[in-house]
Amino acid sequence: MTSARDRILVRLKSAPRRTMPERPDWAAPRYGEGRVTQFRAMLEAAHADVCEVARADWPERLRVILANKGVSRVLFAPATATGRQLAEAWAAGDAPKLVPYDRSIEEMKAVLVHEVQASVTTARSGIAQTGSLVLWPTPDEPRLMSLLPPIHVVLVDKGNIRDSLAETMQVEGWAGSMPTNAVLVSGPSKTADIEQTLAYGVHGPKELIVLVIGDDA
Amino acid sequence: MPMSASKPGRPHTVYFFGTCLVDLFYPEAGLAGMELLSREGLKVVFPQKQTCCGQPARNNGHPEEARAVARLQLDAFPGDWPIVVPSGSCAGMMKLHYPELFVGDPDHARAVAFSARVFELTQFLVDVLDVKLADKGRPVTVTWHPSCHSQREMGVLDQPKALLRQLANVTLVENPRETECCGFGGTFSVKQPEISAAMVADKVASIEQTGAAQVVSGDCGCLMNITGAAGKSRKAVTGRHIAEFLLERCHGGS
Amino acid sequence: MEALKSDFGGKAHVALNDPKLRANFRRAMDGLMAKRAAQFPDAEEWKTLRARGAAVRARALARLPELLEQLEAKLTANGVIVHWAETTAEANAVVLDILKAAGVKRVIKGKSMVTEEMHLNAHLEANGIRAVESDLGEYIIQLAGQAPSHIVMPCIHMNKAEIAELFADKIEGQTYTENVDELTAAARRVLRDRFADADAGISGVNFAVAETGTLVLIENEGNGRLSTTLPPLHIAVTGIEKVLEKLEDVAPLLSLLPRSATGQVVTTYVNMISHPRQPGEKDGPKAVHLVLLDNGRSKVYGDVELADTLRCIRCAACMNHCPVYTRVGGHTYTFTYPGPIGKILTPQLEGLDCAGDQPHASTLCGACAEVCPVQIPIPDLLARLRTEAVSPTSLAVKGGGSGRSLSESLGWGGWAALYSSPRVYRLSARLLGLFGNWMPAWLPMLRQWTSVRTKPKFAAKSLHQLARERGYSHDER
Repeated sequence: MTSARDRILVRLKSAPRRTMPERPDWAAPRYGEGRVTQFRAMLEAAHADVCEVARADWPERLRVILANKGVSRVLFAPATATGRQLAEAWAAGDAPKLVPYDRSIEEMKAVLVHEVQASVTTARSGIAQTGSLVLWPTPDEPRLMSLLPPIHVVLVDKGNIRDSLAETMQVEGWAGSMPTNAVLVSGPSKTADIEQTLAYGVHGPKELIVLVIGDDA
Repeated sequence: MPMSASKPGRPHTVYFFGTCLVDLFYPEAGLAGMELLSREGLKVVFPQKQTCCGQPARNNGHPEEARAVARLQLDAFPGDWPIVVPSGSCAGMMKLHYPELFVGDPDHARAVAFSARVFELTQFLVDVLDVKLADKGRPVTVTWHPSCHSQREMGVLDQPKALLRQLANVTLVENPRETECCGFGGTFSVKQPEISAAMVADKVASIEQTGAAQVVSGDCGCLMNITGAAGKSRKAVTGRHIAEFLLERCHGGS
Repeated sequence: MEALKSDFGGKAHVALNDPKLRANFRRAMDGLMAKRAAQFPDAEEWKTLRARGAAVRARALARLPELLEQLEAKLTANGVIVHWAETTAEANAVVLDILKAAGVKRVIKGKSMVTEEMHLNAHLEANGIRAVESDLGEYIIQLAGQAPSHIVMPCIHMNKAEIAELFADKIEGQTYTENVDELTAAARRVLRDRFADADAGISGVNFAVAETGTLVLIENEGNGRLSTTLPPLHIAVTGIEKVLEKLEDVAPLLSLLPRSATGQVVTTYVNMISHPRQPGEKDGPKAVHLVLLDNGRSKVYGDVELADTLRCIRCAACMNHCPVYTRVGGHTYTFTYPGPIGKILTPQLEGLDCAGDQPHASTLCGACAEVCPVQIPIPDLLARLRTEAVSPTSLAVKGGGSGRSLSESLGWGGWAALYSSPRVYRLSARLLGLFGNWMPAWLPMLRQWTSVRTKPKFAAKSLHQLARERGYSHDER
């Protein structure tokens, strides 16, 4: 007895051969000096908040931003450099409580789904054309961090902002190194399913705060 | 895909393909088209053997019948003169679909050569002849209706409007829904009469909303549909084929 | 499932006489057209980008069997389990088996048109598994007990008052509100728990990359990410045509799809899934399955011209720009895929005997092909399917020849005889000029025409006669 797989493949292989067109020239846009401006403008147009912050200052800036929003519990990745810097900076004073994502989701589901109000993660790179953040989750910075809490804070290095997805894939050699899950995030969660009216935070974060980290800014 | 016709030099003679709809219902539009060409000093030849481009059969799934009729047109226009057509739809059939209709047929090469000679009327007047029109008519406001095939198969977008804009006393108002199909679609209008009716009612309403006294078009199928619906519902919208309209303006009435 | 049959005219009649429905569609389509137009202001960019998009899809199809094998090998190496299904019944059985083996009772679903094509929810329900749709639009129509009326915006046929009423009726503790933020928050509240207690997530796939074994899934809400991340089991379902050669091919298609679909430069989320949860990782499904569904696609593939149908990336631009769809809405098309793409896809998947009226429910205006980001020649394929219905030339089309009728073939035969004989034609034209206007309006075709239009008037003299009289036919060479 042949399998569905075999029967499907036999049918496909018995079809007339067709010519393979070449990939015609196409180049994604380039922004040169305007790269960060474009990145920022696109994210802001998508309803994200963008701040350019110096590397040493961001934990304090973030503390103020989140305090203004009344956030008291923040999910963080304790084993990452970012997480360590945050923990250190927020150890003293009246910073929100840091909740570590340090066990599997099976053990932390209730905390993640209902309890934390915000999370802090890093982006591997940024894409200017579309105002996208490339999240490349790791064992230390898992996938759901950027998805379940109502506020998602992402840090992206100014030097890692690139022009386009095509460039990013190529420069970073994605094809040889795809992780379990990579995700491009280009704003807070949104929907327009009801009368094409935009509403934010339908399933994912309602707010996206992007900290563009520079050595100067 | 719209195809822009290759521009020949200014010819001394052109063929005129009248189309079957113009032949039976709007011969004045056909005559006006030929006169516009004659006025430019061209010799215009109307072969008596011509009938229909064959589009109705092709579009209804009868390529065999379409080919039989198309073959007669290949015979009817034997010279190498440009073939000017006062309809974007019929021109589109001859320009785009003749070559594919004759694939694997001994007449394929002839069909390809034929298709290369086909021009929609306003396209020919503007792109090849670069006509200059002097308006002798009274002030009037009109709007333009492009047929789907003139805009999308023939790529005729600005040429008719450029002609209308040459007329000093004609105000051209844009219809925001100009590019939307009027709902004619040949046999569609009788196979799906209710959808067609809804489409043409919307088209008539959009024309009315422009405030134009008249809708000008390059395709008599659309005109028959639009003016027929306007007439039946007693709307003030009237229609005119662009050839007649232009000729009338330049003669101060024909 | 009982066999469905298209009744385009009958359903259109109902839709056309529903002013609310028509207003909902008109408003929505006008908005979507304007948004798309704003995304492509540069004709040159559009031209080169869509040429690239079309070529990328055509290349993938040209190598479809090899790429499917490569995809399977890559995914398997990545730890994803690949299944194949020839029919929707087989695909439903595969999904059910996976769920049963894992002891799943509750499923959360991301938006997927292929699972609509399979009528998967009904199948799971019948087998004691609750499947909850999590895309807001899908959730709304699931509550309403309806099918999607648009492939990107499933509840586009409803306005907020209808949705407010539905929520007040079906969601516990929900009072009537037309505030979209409040309606959205209500859905979030309910669905958050459904995500948390789901034993499995089921999603569709936008692109399956053979080179890397990656499933690309795009969305705005986060429901796709949640369905594929939070539950311990993820089943992705896709048609076999969604495969791409290379990861780099995703870039141009991603630049085309959301801009064409909703006028967004990019969707909020672009998911790229390549493995199940790896050792040391704290979340993500422990098992990921991919079900590859054929359901007639390999048959379509057998005809080189018709196979262009399979290039489709499901952006819905064709329906957003279709003057017929705009007036009759998605439910008129009976089957899962409405609009111009549905009119070419449905008759090929379901058979011309079931959906033969669909290729005819078009004026061939070409608005669809004009905006198609992968250059599917939809009007040409509609014409081709009209031919297959009356005189089949290809084994690729199910139900070919089912539209044949004696009266129609006699009619076109007569038409061809008339128009391919100059003498017969000229004589007929003369007679029509003399007597044509006496034709009564109740004659077939004239009756439909004159239902909303005046009777066309034959000219007393044809252009043939006038041309001869004016000397235009003297020198024919």
